[in-house]
This record gives sequence, C-alpha cells and structure tokens, in this order.
Amino acid sequence: MPLLDIENLTVEFQTAGGVFRAVDGVSLYCEKGEILSIVGESGSGKSVAMLALMGLLPWTAMVTADRMIFDGRELLGMSPEKKRKIVGREMAMIFQEPMSSLNPCFTVGFQIKEMLRQHTDMNRAQRQERAIELLASVGIPAPKERLSVFPHQLSGGMSQRVMIAMATACQPKLLIADEPSTALDVTIQAQILDLLRSFAHEHGMALILITHDMGVVAEMAERVQVQYAGQKVEEQNVVDLFTHPHHPYTAALLSALPERANARRLPSIPGVVPGQYDRPPGCLFEPRCSFATEICRQGAKRQGSGLGHALCNHPLNGPGDDAGEQKQRNKAGATS
Amino acid sequence: MTSNAVLEGRALAKFYPVSNGPFRAADIVKALNGADFELEPGKTLAVVGESGCGKSTLARLVTMIEEPTTGQLLIDNEPAVPGAKTRKAVQIVFQDPYGSLNPRHKIGTILEEPLLLNTDDSPATRRAKAEAMMARVGLRPEHYDRYPHMFSGGQRQRIAIARALMLQPRVLVLDEPVSALDLSIQAQVLNILMDLQEEFGLAYLFISHDLSVVRHIADEVMVMYLGKVVEHGAAADVFAQPRHPYTLALLSATPIADPTHHKHRIMLTGELPSPLNPPPGCPFHPRCWKAQAVCKEEIPPLEGDNVKVACHFPLEPGEKPVTT
Repeated sequence: MPLLDIENLTVEFQTAGGVFRAVDGVSLYCEKGEILSIVGESGSGKSVAMLALMGLLPWTAMVTADRMIFDGRELLGMSPEKKRKIVGREMAMIFQEPMSSLNPCFTVGFQIKEMLRQHTDMNRAQRQERAIELLASVGIPAPKERLSVFPHQLSGGMSQRVMIAMATACQPKLLIADEPSTALDVTIQAQILDLLRSFAHEHGMALILITHDMGVVAEMAERVQVQYAGQKVEEQNVVDLFTHPHHPYTAALLSALPERANARRLPSIPGVVPGQYDRPPGCLFEPRCSFATEICRQGAKRQGSGLGHALCNHPLNGPGDDAGEQKQRNKAGATS
Repeated sequence: MTSNAVLEGRALAKFYPVSNGPFRAADIVKALNGADFELEPGKTLAVVGESGCGKSTLARLVTMIEEPTTGQLLIDNEPAVPGAKTRKAVQIVFQDPYGSLNPRHKIGTILEEPLLLNTDDSPATRRAKAEAMMARVGLRPEHYDRYPHMFSGGQRQRIAIARALMLQPRVLVLDEPVSALDLSIQAQVLNILMDLQEEFGLAYLFISHDLSVVRHIADEVMVMYLGKVVEHGAAADVFAQPRHPYTLALLSATPIADPTHHKHRIMLTGELPSPLNPPPGCPFHPRCWKAQAVCKEEIPPLEGDNVKVACHFPLEPGEKPVTT
C-alpha cells in the first residue's frame, strides 16, 4: 500500500468571474522512500494540489477528492486537531522562497526548536541538542553559533538549509519540496538537491519534488507526473518519460529544451496555457496540439499504464507505432 | 582593436561606497572590477555568473544608467557620453516583464514613448512604426489599445523587446530575458530574439545564469566571479574545454535534462564570499580544489590567445577535477 494515495483531487476557487478550477481530478500516489517529481508550467496546479494535501489553502478553496489517504489514514474530513498532529510531524513541506518563509522576528534556533516543542516531548536541553544536530546534518558550519542568528543574516542557500532542517526535525515520512532550488544559484542548487536526495535515501523518506525545470527532474526523480492546466497528463518513470513521452505536451516540452535542440531555431509550442476564461471545452491541450483532431474537441481519453496514463486521444510512441512513423511524429510534436 | 566593434568596454569598473554610519569611513564594494569586451554586429556576447558577480552592474554601465568609476566605454570607437545619441544606440530588456511595463499606459503609448522623446516623428508615423514593430515580434494589431495586465509573461516580454527596438538601436542588452518565463514560452522568445538579430544585425549583450540557454544562443562567453572576469572566449571553445576551475564547476552544477547521463559532479564547498570583503589573491581560491599558496597571494591576470583565463593553474585538456 502506498504511503500517499490521492484519488481524483479537485480544488476550486470562488472568484469574481465564477468558479475557477485550479486542480482538476488529479490522482497521485507515492511509495515509501520514493522520489516523485511533479512537473508543469505555471498555472498547472502542481503547488495548489500539494497545499491542499497539507491543508494550507485559504478557506475560499473548495477541496474535494474521492480519497486522500496518508499512511493508512483518511485525511478528508479529519478534524483539524488530529490533522495538526500529522502535518509537520509526519508530512512536511519546504517552499520556493527560503528568505520569506522564515519568520524574520525570531532566531533560527527558536524556529527549529518550536517544531520540536510542538511535536515531541523533548525537554529544553534535548531540544537544544537536537537543533544543533539538525543544523549540522544539513551542512551548516558552526551550528551552535548559528542557532542564535536571525534569518536576515543568512544567505539564500543557508536559509533553505535551515528550512530543510526544520522540515526534517521530526523525521517525516513524506517531504514535499515546492521548487526548492529555483531561487538559488546553480552551484548552491546542486548542493541543496544533493542534500535532499541523501536525506531521502538515508532516512527512507518519500520526497515529492515540485519543479518546472526538466534538468532537475532528470537528475532527481524516480517517477514523474506531468501536469498541464490543472490536469495530470502523463505519468511515467523518469527514463521512459525522457526517451518515450506519450503525451504530445510532454514531447513538445522536451523538444523545446535548448540543450536538446539540433537546429538554431528552437521548436516551440504555439499559444499559451489556457486561463480561467479561455478553457477549451475538450482536451485542454487541443488548441496548441499539432495532432489534434475533431474528437479532441469533445474530450480526451485516459490511456492505460502502457501509455503512461496519458490523457490523450492520440498518444505518441505507442507499442503499435512503427519506428519510422514514430520519428516523424516526434519531430512534428512541436512546430516552430 | 578591430574596427567593426559597435561597442567596446575597456577596463570597466564600478565601485559603490557602503555607508558604515556617520562617524566611520565607508567601505567600498567592487561590484565590477575591470572588464574588457567588444560587441560586434550580429553577434551575441553572453555574460554568465552567479548572483553578486557583477553581471547586472555591467548591464547598467553599458546602458549608461550609471557611469563607470574607472575605465572607458566606446561606441563606434568614440567615448560614449550619456545622452540622446547613445541612448538610441544602446537599449535594454529587463528580466521581469511584470515590473518593467507601466501598468497605467496602453501598449501603444509604451511603444511610442521612446519615439516621442527622442525623435520628431509625427503621431501618424509613430503609430505606423509601433504597429510595424508589434507585427514583427508577433503581437496582433488589436493589442495596441490594451494594458499590460491583459498580457501573459511571454507577451509582455515581447512588448519589452519591441519597446527596446523602437529607436533602432545597434546594441541590445538582455538582462536575464527568459528566466522569468515558462519553458514553452522561453523557446518562443529566444526564437524571436535570434530572428531580430539576423534581421537588424543587432549586437547582443546577453546576461544569464542558465547555461543551456547561453550555450544555444551565444557566440562568445564571459564568465564572471565576484566582479572579475575569470574566463572569456568563443562559446564553443569555453563549453567544450573550460579552462578555469569555476567554469567547469558551473557547467557540472547545471542540471542536464537527460536521466541516463551520468556525470562527474564537482561539489563546490561553501558559498560566494561577500563582495565587501573579497578574499585576497584569486577570488575563487577558498572554493577551488586546485588552490595553492600562490593563489592566496597573487591575483592571476586574464591572459591567453584564443580563450582568456584568469587562473594560476588552468585546467589542461581532459583533466578531471579532484573532488574534495
């Protein structure tokens, strides 16, 4: 049984212009100790889905799902008191902006020890010791002295390390990292990603990594879920996703990477991600897709696991596809 | 040197004083400490480096938003003086397309403003020029009367590019032009930039931290670290055979979108030192795996024939780093 099992999660917001569906029937599971990556462009609902799981959305959000099971417990309809015992202790999250996620009014040590005070029954001396241990484990030099500094005295990379120390304070079973390295420089990004990977492997912690960077996905993930405009469009293990994408969106996204380009002009996807007011009636990718036909305007069919659960009527790289034709279609996957 | 350079920087430097209060002497931040480069028509010079390396300061000097502390900026082999003439020659596109367009102005007004301020064009000519430029960057004529909030990030960046090109500049400074954009939009904007360069023979100063974009678009690369140029040469040479340890580290830290690719990752220990108090000698020595005693004392000069490198012990071809 997976550690996390979400079926048909939908998040809607009541806005002045009507109901906006940010997450549209997303299913997701994550095994113990697995690194799952959710990839998508802005507005694909990847962060909102995870915030809904953590219960961090404002009251204006309407969250519905068929089931949302974490470690054998149903989170839907659970009382806030009970949920607060799980969130933070067994399931933790780190955010994109490390500088603004820490409270500027309190020392780093206070904020780490606050986690321990809330979720464990350690005494003051034990908490102090554990906090030093945590800072050391995320690679902060002179951890004892660093406990008494304020967040503004730390660089971006150091703040993100403190966030990781806080999130892992109670040895969670699941860590959700929402664009953990986007705001950081590349050399610091490499350090943070390595740190997250080693934590996942050493403590058997499951990691859900939300990102838009295909390079980060390729280096970190074991399994990848691609989202587009609030829907899950494809799910595969990482090697197959990069070699045999089944959804035209994934294929086009991959060929738009500058490092994969073999011509000076980059293949790009025409148009933009649909917003609240211009959602197409059928398949959401249909207006930008080069394979779209009449039936795509009616809706898209969910394919089986052999085709990466692609939400598409015309999946690419299917087993029946002839190799020559496959190449042709891949090439046409993105028009310049 | 060569006469066909549109813009040339000679030992450009910019120091900022940092106040320590009224009774103490101010510290000096050497944001940019000596950069030599040339921009040629139709060519792209990319400047790469991490935050605090002085790449945005360089952009501000080249666009004459600020004056250099020392060094010279030449346009067509003549010293550049801030003013209308130079403004027409050099224009800039900023990173954040949400912050760089006035939300109270219509797109038409935004595009025509440079013409209004710098030329004697009649309103009809201005409008015609604006519409022609909009068509050129892939915006529809009806967008003329819309406000910036009605556009997506990619479209706004096209507007910013169109605005920069209204005065037909010869040098375009691009300060992280695609880093705020989604992947599928990034490719569209890069294509437009490459088309425009070909059409107008523009010289680009392309500032970026994304090496995969730089590898794709640049002819020449300048790698910077703590205000100093550490490596400078043709893009193909620098990427194929980096000679400065920092360049190699930067390349190896960049994630590659290929899960089957196994590489030798160099983990740089530590963080960027504060520019207020840079280490003596080579600025990179505290993080370098090749550092020796001389690196702590002497600042290595930038030298070389084809690819210039500032290092006492530059990497030899095929040399593998010793991971620390």
